Amino acid sequence: MDRFSWSNGLLEINETLVIQQRGVRLYDGDDKAKLDVGVALLSTHRLIWRDVQNHECCIAMPLSQIILFEEQAAGIGKSAKIVIHLQETPVNKEPGPYQNSKYSFIKLSFKEHGQIEFHRRLTEEMTRKRWENTPVSQPISAGTSSQAGRTRAVGIVGIERKIEEKRKETDKNICEAFEDLSKLMVKAKEMVELSRSIANKIKDKQGDISEDEERGGMMALTEVYCLVNRARGMELLSPEDLVNACKMFESLKLPLRLRVFDSGVMVVQLQSHSEEEMIASALDNVTDKGSLTAEEFAKLLGLSVLLSKERLLLAEKVGHLCRDDSVEGLRFYPNLFSTA
Amino acid sequence: MSGGTDFRKLSAVSTASTAMCFEWPWQYNFPPFFTLQPNADTRQKQLAAWCSLALSYCRHHKLYTLDVMEAQESPVFNNKKIERKLSMEAIQVVFEELRKKGNLEWLDKNKSRCLVMWRRPEEWGKLIYQWVSKNGMVNSVFTLYELANGDDTEGEEFHSLEEWMLLRSLQALQTDGKAEIITMDDGKGVKFF
Repeated sequence: MDRFSWSNGLLEINETLVIQQRGVRLYDGDDKAKLDVGVALLSTHRLIWRDVQNHECCIAMPLSQIILFEEQAAGIGKSAKIVIHLQETPVNKEPGPYQNSKYSFIKLSFKEHGQIEFHRRLTEEMTRKRWENTPVSQPISAGTSSQAGRTRAVGIVGIERKIEEKRKETDKNICEAFEDLSKLMVKAKEMVELSRSIANKIKDKQGDISEDEERGGMMALTEVYCLVNRARGMELLSPEDLVNACKMFESLKLPLRLRVFDSGVMVVQLQSHSEEEMIASALDNVTDKGSLTAEEFAKLLGLSVLLSKERLLLAEKVGHLCRDDSVEGLRFYPNLFSTA
Repeated sequence: MSGGTDFRKLSAVSTASTAMCFEWPWQYNFPPFFTLQPNADTRQKQLAAWCSLALSYCRHHKLYTLDVMEAQESPVFNNKKIERKLSMEAIQVVFEELRKKGNLEWLDKNKSRCLVMWRRPEEWGKLIYQWVSKNGMVNSVFTLYELANGDDTEGEEFHSLEEWMLLRSLQALQTDGKAEIITMDDGKGVKFF
């Protein structure tokens, strides 16, 4: 809307009125303009609008400012509109109702119809460009004649080309985005396959590790890492990939789970193996021997010291065991404090 | 429990054979007793046992003040038989627990010395008043020395009670209107009502 200048509403010498239409409301971009309904006039040189009540209120804009325009069909409770895209405001423009606007387009809303004819005549005038051949004197020429040169150089074809370029670029961006996404999907697929193969490997190796399973049903992640990579031989797995793969056990409904102890130690654990059983077996063993260190417990179970200690700590955490921390090392006892 | 040592039974046996000696609780021979337990519930029970042991030990040996540095070497906190001793840090925790229960008062800011009240002043006062009324000496006047160290009170539990503790006990009685502390030429005295 800031492309409009105040006008006296009179036509210039070389200017001819093409069409006029009542009941037209102006829109500044998508917003209703702060003007009432009025008459829209199309001349060979300008688009003019005049308030229906107050004839003093009249504004105009050179047609050379128009880049392109399009029709917008009427809808329920909505009048038909013509959307007019405009060039940037000339530097030395005469003042108008709007100092500036965030929009580069205006809309003419036809409350009393007539948009079809108006559109047709506008198209005609935009093609004929009569304002170029018969320039009028002031005030339209101010700033617009210099602008006209640029308009000619660019033209509607130029604009269309520009729009086409923009579309292509958007297209390219979207394609690239999808490419990244598909890369990600491939990665996810790999993870799924990996966690499956880990599960299978552990299952395949059942002969070797079945005793572990019987006793502990768990394996430290570092052991899993070595096992899996030894089995792969080539194309070794990174620790992150392994962790990520193990995190998918649950969503893939595999019979294994990744477990993180309070100490941060991570293990892969048979889902069937319950915590209660683990605690109960720790208590049984300690009670049986009177007291146990993690090393002794590990030897007893044939499990790693690290995992044995985690089990003892777990049993301590639930109050079944207590500790004796002396120069001889950390030793676990049945929790007599609680049972006494 | 098949193979393990039953600490609770052991301690019961030793009690029977040494009647006059201090009766150590079963926990005393249980190594984990000397390690502050990380499990909160377990620790609470452990600390309760420590408080009870510390108080009964002081009572048995009629100890009224403790030095933290010395305490670490005392048999209470240092079991030479099983080669376990309570760390300085853990002793402080036990003492703090005793303070919370009203059985201990620090004598200095550095918390190096403390008063141990295995009987609180009110409890002592009660014992003294019982003895006074049993012997028909209500309305009599005593010197503090007489009460704590006189021949008459020999065999009583408050015999040789330290003076600060005796004074506090009598103050407790005074608050109840059962005694009045009087200043005499060579010290303090008390009249019972």
